[in-house]
Amino acid sequence: MEVFWDFVKAFVVGGLICVIGQVLIQTTKLTNARILVLFVTAGVVLTGLGLYKPLVDFAGAGATVPLTGFGYSLAMGAIEAVNSYGILGALAGGVTRTAAGIASAVFFGLLNALIFKPRAKP
Amino acid sequence: MSESKTPQEKHYETIVNELTPNSRHLRGCVRAFWVGGLICVIGQALTMLAQTLELGELTAPMFTSCALIFLGTTLTGIGVYDRIGKYAGAGSVVPITGFANSVAAPAIEFRREGMVLGLGAKLFQIAGPVLTYGISSSIIVGVIYWAVKEWLL
Repeated sequence: MEVFWDFVKAFVVGGLICVIGQVLIQTTKLTNARILVLFVTAGVVLTGLGLYKPLVDFAGAGATVPLTGFGYSLAMGAIEAVNSYGILGALAGGVTRTAAGIASAVFFGLLNALIFKPRAKP
Repeated sequence: MSESKTPQEKHYETIVNELTPNSRHLRGCVRAFWVGGLICVIGQALTMLAQTLELGELTAPMFTSCALIFLGTTLTGIGVYDRIGKYAGAGSVVPITGFANSVAAPAIEFRREGMVLGLGAKLFQIAGPVLTYGISSSIIVGVIYWAVKEWLL
């Protein structure tokens, strides 16, 4: 039963974060690229202020899967690395924590472009 | 057909104009909600799978994001993600699969302009700004955290 509620929380919180993006697109005509930048940066800032971690603890993947969660990983990485390595950790921590995600996006993106042909947009 | 409209018709028209965009916006939000929520549910399922595989606290989220990114790039390659995007709007942009899509889509599209300045450079067309501002702000957060810890605590 607890597992079921974890799914419900992930669904509702993740869905609501996407609705914020949708409202921004509809009301401000922001492009997708700007939405992505805005959400990652917002995730970093909210994590820095200590506001995003409670949401991650509450909603799990509902908070980590949206791009604000990518910002959360960046900021948490930097903060934790500062704890272990001092000021240099601020430079190293963010990318270290998100390295697997960035590298897999680059690698799968490359493989994908080699395998598939461009197609007309539907 | 007369050009002039009765007051009732004009009134009706203003009501229609007021309501139509709103219901369209509402529909967009509902679509973004359930598709975005569903992608997060898939992420939650992957996290649970990672836990049963006994991956660690740091490797489990890595597994989830890598799997979702693989899903996002592959669906982009076979042309499905564009359709999801057309239906779901931000519901497909905001999750990490949308980031994967933003990497894979220009890479495929600009491959014909060459392997280096086409595929290689355009791969970062949207990911570049995301990483630039994301990483930079995380460094600022790290430095502020360090300063607070060093001088205030």
